[in-house]
Amino acid sequence: MTKIELMSGNNATVKAAIIAGCKFFGGYPITPSSEIAEGMAKDLPYVNGKFIQMEDEIGGIGAALGAALTGVKSMTATSGPGFSLKQEHIGYAVMGEIPIVIVNVMRGGPSTGMPTYPSQSDIMQTRWGTHGDHEIIALTPCSVQETFKLTIEAFNLSEQYRVPVILLSDEIIAHMREKVEIKDITEYKIINRLKPTVDPENYSPFDTKYGMVPPLASYGEGYRFHITGLTHDHTGFPTSKPDLVEKLQERLRDKIIKNRKNFDWYEKRMIDDADIVVFAYGATSRSAMRAIKDARREKIMAGLYRPITMWPFAYENIKSIAKSAKTILVVEMNLGQAVGEVERAVAGTKCKVKFLGKANGELINPSEILSKIRELVNV
Amino acid sequence: MYNENIFNYLRTNKLPHIWCPGCAHGIITAAILRGIDKLKLDKNKISVVSGIGCSGRTAGYLDMNTLHTTHGRSLTFATGIKFAKPELTVIDVMGDGDAVAIGGNHLIHACRRNIDITAIIFNNNIYGMTGGQYSPTTPINAYASTAPFGNVEPPFDIVKLAIGAGATFVARGDAFHIALMDKIIEQAISHKGFSVVEIMATCPTQFGRRNKMKEPYQMLDYVANMAVSIKKWNEMNEDERKGKFPVGIFIDENRSEYCENYEENVLKKIERGEK
Repeated sequence: MTKIELMSGNNATVKAAIIAGCKFFGGYPITPSSEIAEGMAKDLPYVNGKFIQMEDEIGGIGAALGAALTGVKSMTATSGPGFSLKQEHIGYAVMGEIPIVIVNVMRGGPSTGMPTYPSQSDIMQTRWGTHGDHEIIALTPCSVQETFKLTIEAFNLSEQYRVPVILLSDEIIAHMREKVEIKDITEYKIINRLKPTVDPENYSPFDTKYGMVPPLASYGEGYRFHITGLTHDHTGFPTSKPDLVEKLQERLRDKIIKNRKNFDWYEKRMIDDADIVVFAYGATSRSAMRAIKDARREKIMAGLYRPITMWPFAYENIKSIAKSAKTILVVEMNLGQAVGEVERAVAGTKCKVKFLGKANGELINPSEILSKIRELVNV
Repeated sequence: MYNENIFNYLRTNKLPHIWCPGCAHGIITAAILRGIDKLKLDKNKISVVSGIGCSGRTAGYLDMNTLHTTHGRSLTFATGIKFAKPELTVIDVMGDGDAVAIGGNHLIHACRRNIDITAIIFNNNIYGMTGGQYSPTTPINAYASTAPFGNVEPPFDIVKLAIGAGATFVARGDAFHIALMDKIIEQAISHKGFSVVEIMATCPTQFGRRNKMKEPYQMLDYVANMAVSIKKWNEMNEDERKGKFPVGIFIDENRSEYCENYEENVLKKIERGEK
């Protein structure tokens, strides 16, 4: 039966994580994500799950990764400075192909920055925060309802592709209270990792015989496998042979890039006849939505593209918008991050890319966006 | 000490190991396996987690559920494994850099929580794999590649650190006194709670060569001569203790174990309708 509840974005993450089947949370308190840890501490025991507050951020994700290898769905949550600390183990999850969900509620930076103020300044940290070549999946919700939905999807993607998935929220969405529709648990599509069907003697944790995403056994079930952060062959043991390393690097990339079409999520509003398209995500997209509606009232042909799948970036989608729109205006609460990717996407077309950004702790309000739209149209 | 059974616990196809001739890591690894064999543990139910450096390679040679993690963070992964699946025996193998430098915080908190993990610290007083830099356990005045004039930092006493942080089993052995090492490791694994075992190891390649002990036997002699029993240590005066360290079991006590505590005071509270 469908229920309607009033809750914050962080509360929605907790409720949805439990529905997705999360059984383990390892974390460390940090504003503005702490309510997720608090909620998991309270709710996990009711589903026989485990919560642990570790001694630091690195430990929080470390414990979550260890738990994930015993076969449970596992998560951690943090914000800007804590997300910086977690990067070491995000890389480990990429290399070891360990499913895990990491929530980053963005706040102002650099460093401790502005703990209780909104920001969208971790877009590039999310993409490139951990060292080495890698792809990453990151989802950006713009409402509490969408936070709920994307938390479940984050678990599904992490299990399906054996990858860390980042739910990239922001202080506004995380702390805002909205109405959320929660369906009966049986109505949600829940994906679980592929487990091996072969005998333990024939199991390799990185065997690509079954496709780009190898089945993952659980510790303690007789499979006795090895995982390392070093480059490895299909058996999981270290190798530095160039051909094997290349194969591994390419597969880690391809299993995400080549499957992106399966999670190409976005929202388009009034795009088809738009001269100017606003590119905005998360909390900022709400201001942008109002701004394009106001612009339309003034007979300005404005539209909105809101990426929900932030990473891997929607280069193709933006490129197709650039074929008809004269201008894409990127609006984000930072000094220019996603805008660089939009520029890459439209390169070679006649479409211009303009930017409106702010990193002073204030959200970007609709009138600021509308003024910018008017200014660009009148040029 | 030779025990044919230890081959049952080795991934023999991964041998020979990468450790240098004269390295004590193989000696300690064999002692761990003898302990496991004596306790008749099912290798399907053992997880061995390791950090980074020479000791970090231990996990890969063992035919168990193994995880070669990041530098100093192995205890965080081990904590997740044990807490999520308490029926597993979890052994965490660390070097001195892992345990008391980059991972020092994780070590003291694992001690405090008293989670049922056996931490075995291969202490060779040096960063071996990276080329002989001084570690937090390098003796004062010893030479290292980053202490070309002699080390000016005082070393950690891992035993005192672990006792102070609340570990319920704390012992020290050395790579020369095999019988004692075997006894300590076996007891540590069977102990319910967090066990810290420090084994004084040898690194002739990186420590020995810089400190006039380039031959493996010289380094083993060095640790053998420094080790004295706790009983003898307690009878020695300050002067006699110089250049020596006590070996044996310092603490072996029962205190509520973390996973059991969570089970009893969180999960069962719900079952009993107290929450």
